[in-house]
Amino acid sequence: MTSSTIITNNSHARIVEFVSTLFAQHLAYTGMASRVEILNEGGFRSDGRRQFELRSINIDLSQQGHADGSASISHGLTHVLVSVFGPREAKNRSQTIHDRANLNVELSIAAFSTGDRRKRSRGDKRVMEVAGAIKSTFEPVIQTSLYPRSQIDIFVQVIQQDGGVLQACINATTLALISAGIPMVDFVCAISGGVHSTNPFLDLTLIEESDVPNLTIAVMPKTQKVSLVTMETRLHVDRYEEIFRLAIDAGLIIHEEMKAAVLARSKTLMTCIDLGTHGGEEME
Amino acid sequence: MISFASFPSRYEDTTYEKTRHHASVKEDFMDIDDAESFEAQGSKLTCPGESLTSSQAYMRGHGTYVENEEVIASVAGTIERVNKLVSVRAIRSRYNPEVGDLVVGRITEVQPRRWKVDAHSRQDAVLMLSSVNLPGGVQRRKLESDELQMRGFFEEGDLLVAEVQAFFSDGAMSLHTRSLKYGKLRNGQLVVVPPILVRRLKSHFLTLPCGVDLILGLNGYIWVSKHVKENEQEGEEGFDAEAVYSNVNDDIDDSTRAAISRVTHIIRILTSRFIPLSDTLLLEAYEWSVEHGSDVKDLLHQDFGDALVVSITSGQ
Repeated sequence: MTSSTIITNNSHARIVEFVSTLFAQHLAYTGMASRVEILNEGGFRSDGRRQFELRSINIDLSQQGHADGSASISHGLTHVLVSVFGPREAKNRSQTIHDRANLNVELSIAAFSTGDRRKRSRGDKRVMEVAGAIKSTFEPVIQTSLYPRSQIDIFVQVIQQDGGVLQACINATTLALISAGIPMVDFVCAISGGVHSTNPFLDLTLIEESDVPNLTIAVMPKTQKVSLVTMETRLHVDRYEEIFRLAIDAGLIIHEEMKAAVLARSKTLMTCIDLGTHGGEEME
Repeated sequence: MISFASFPSRYEDTTYEKTRHHASVKEDFMDIDDAESFEAQGSKLTCPGESLTSSQAYMRGHGTYVENEEVIASVAGTIERVNKLVSVRAIRSRYNPEVGDLVVGRITEVQPRRWKVDAHSRQDAVLMLSSVNLPGGVQRRKLESDELQMRGFFEEGDLLVAEVQAFFSDGAMSLHTRSLKYGKLRNGQLVVVPPILVRRLKSHFLTLPCGVDLILGLNGYIWVSKHVKENEQEGEEGFDAEAVYSNVNDDIDDSTRAAISRVTHIIRILTSRFIPLSDTLLLEAYEWSVEHGSDVKDLLHQDFGDALVVSITSGQ
């Protein structure tokens, strides 16, 4: 069921490494290491992944409620749901822009989504920041000039978080916009990356995110243009380029996954349409 | 490990082939430059960012853009080609109006000499005071007194059926109701479906033999109402204001109410499975549901709906 994505695949004997993982874990439990190891001697991370291995991705593009487009994506345990409404008449006349559509992003983080239960209001600084990041990521990608004086509403709901919330939000928004039939220049594929001493790795979990310097990038696969780079921690400048390039490659892999989901969904819908049309013709 | 899944889709199968990727292995999805493959298969699918063809040989249509002399898709959907024009039609999108289309809409706002109408499009449509019929059927210029009683014709929240008359420079559409077929709607209920599922038909006013009238708006708004006999319709001579712009429903007997809700349920069942609506299909489905189910509420069961769809699409 997993679609775990391996980017590099060195063909070492995995069994040997597994044993060494066990040994490392044993050391950790017996008090040799004080906290979770980010990368053990066998080259495995705390959740058993290799350095460049991404978490399993699950995409659901089925219709939710009366939204024009909706998508939910999960990267491992991080789960985000996005509904898109529009382009439609702006609720607030002051928000209309005469020559292009206005993008309205609202983010809500479920109180139960993290370990410590806590309610975040819409005005929360962190929430506003992520919403702002999503908005600025998509403004150059959506062809807003086709819809003057309209508004596109994007409602993002974080259901579970285990690191990489922004990346999941951006990927889910891309899929929801596509399923709403809103014209975009390209997909936007986001991924996080971090560095532990000198070892770069991808798609961080919550534990890793709080421990190592990390960044999130959003890439447009066709041109490989980068629409967003954010860093909330300090990263050594010498390590930056390596992790940046690696993240772009990972973005392309995520693109394959998203594209397959979109095409499969389109195919399903087209078959239904054909089925109904031909069934009707035969009756006449 | 506990994992929460979102509510799974009830109707659609969303599984797709899961693959393991390696950066060096990439499959190419399409190669449409050769014209034969273009025409051979009716519907080729594409998604944003996919290069379709070179812009020197082809012209770009809707759903595409040009960059570096390449025509590139900007929406996910089917590729269509008419001579040298390449366009991509999105599978689900908002309604794209065209002049002459029949739409059902809801008044959202009353403004000086015009109404704003929500018609499931990218902007609210405009219905000018000069493009509605006056009560009494008289043809004359609209006076200031008419302007003052605009809410007597249409109020916020009223539903109406109209035709797309023209476009404004910013792409907003202008409607008109200057025909006896058009005007305020009552005695029924509204169903909202994706616009792509309403195809252009010879007539969008359908009368089903079960005593139900249907108005299939091309914008995906469908009005299901009690049947009004031809000779009882508000005619040219007896064109009185009360009847045409009335807000009061007629008496609707129980069997008609049941028929109306049966038809709405059928429409919902078909559209939730993404099957385009047509008069024959609706009729077939109605007969099937009367034969097989004793009650209207049976239609709400999923397996009953599945059986209905299977039986009517198999073309018995």
